[in-house]
Amino acid sequence: MILLDLFIGFLRVGCFAFGGAYGAIPLIRDVVLSYGWLTDEALTYMIAVAESTPGPIMVNLATYVGSSQAGIFGAILATTAVVLPSFIIILLVMAVLKNLLKNKYVQAILRGLKPCVIGIVLATGVYMIAKNALPIMPGATFNVKSFGLTIVLLGLMFGSKKLIGKKISPIMLIVISAILGAIVYAI
Amino acid sequence: MKKNILTDLALTFMKIGFFTFGGGYAMIAMIENNCVERKKWITHDEMMNVTVIAESTPGPIAINCATFVGYKQAGFIGSLVATLGIVLPSFAVIYAISMFLDNFLEIAVIANAFKGIKIAVGVLILDAAVTMIKKMHNKVVPKAIMACSAVAMLLINIFALNFSSISLMIVAACVSLTIFCVQSKKGGAK
Repeated sequence: MILLDLFIGFLRVGCFAFGGAYGAIPLIRDVVLSYGWLTDEALTYMIAVAESTPGPIMVNLATYVGSSQAGIFGAILATTAVVLPSFIIILLVMAVLKNLLKNKYVQAILRGLKPCVIGIVLATGVYMIAKNALPIMPGATFNVKSFGLTIVLLGLMFGSKKLIGKKISPIMLIVISAILGAIVYAI
Repeated sequence: MKKNILTDLALTFMKIGFFTFGGGYAMIAMIENNCVERKKWITHDEMMNVTVIAESTPGPIAINCATFVGYKQAGFIGSLVATLGIVLPSFAVIYAISMFLDNFLEIAVIANAFKGIKIAVGVLILDAAVTMIKKMHNKVVPKAIMACSAVAMLLINIFALNFSSISLMIVAACVSLTIFCVQSKKGGAK
C-alpha cells in the first residue's frame, strides 16, 4: 500500500538523516529510487526546487514525493514521517534522557556515523557531477555542453571566494545555472 | 495566558518557516534572531546547546530547534505547535508547486534551464561535502571511515548495488563502537 510505503520510507529517512539537509539527500535518493517513486532526474529537479523555496530541504522533498505519489494524504504522511523521529528524539532528550548524548558508547557510535555521512555526501556529489559531465553510464555519449557547464559551475562555486571575496549562495548558483542552461542547450 | 503563548509560538515559527531560504543553518540564524533576541524565549547558551544536540540527532536541524523552544515554553503542546508552525509554510509552497511542475517542465526553455540546474545541484552537494570535510578533526580514524564510506558509496552508485546508505551507516557505527571498546579495554589493562 502506497501510503504505508511512503510513511515507512520517510520514517527511515528521518531516523538516519544525520548531518543536515545534504546528509539526507543520499538517503532520500536511496528510498525514492528503490521504490521507483521518482526518476533520478526528477529528484534532482526537486532538490533544486527545494533549495530555492523556503523551509528544510528534507521536509520539502518529503512533501513533494508524497504529493506526487498519493496526493494530499501522501504529502501529509510523508512529511509527518520525516519530521517525527527528530521531534520524538528531542522530546526524549529534554524530558528523560538528559545525559544520553554524553554516554560514551553513544558518543562512540556518533563518531562513526558522522564521518560516514560525510563520505556518503561526498560520493553522491562526485557521482552526480560525473554522471552529467562524463559518459560513465552504459550507452551514454559525451556531451560537450554539459561538460563545459560543469567546469564553469565548479569554477563559480569553488572560485567565487577568491574572485569576488564572497562565497556564492546556493540560490544564486541555481539561478546562474538555469540561465546558462536555457542558453547553452538551446543553441 | 497559555493560549497567547501558543498563538505566539505558532505565528513566530510560521514566519521563520516562510522566510528562510537555504535550509537548516539559515534557519538557525532566524530562530536565534526571533527566539533569543526578540522574544527571549531561550538564552543564547541554550540555543548553542540545542544546536549541538541537533547535530548529534537525526532530522532537520530547524525542526529540532522548534521542538526544543516549543517544549520549553509550553510543554508537549508547545513543541507540537512550534514544529507544525515551522513545517506548514514549506508544506504549502511545495504542495502548490507539485501540482503544476510537470506541465511547467514541458516548456522547452524551462526544460533546458533545468538541465543546467541539474549540474548545479551536483556542485552544491559536492560543496556541502567539502565544507563538512574542512570542519572535521584531523584524526586518522574518522578520516579513514569517511574515505571508506565515500569509496563504498561510489561503488554502490556506479554498479547500482543493492546496499543502502543506511546499511553503510550502521556498519560505520559498529566499526566505531568496536574500536572504542577495544581501545578502552586496552586502556583498562594498563
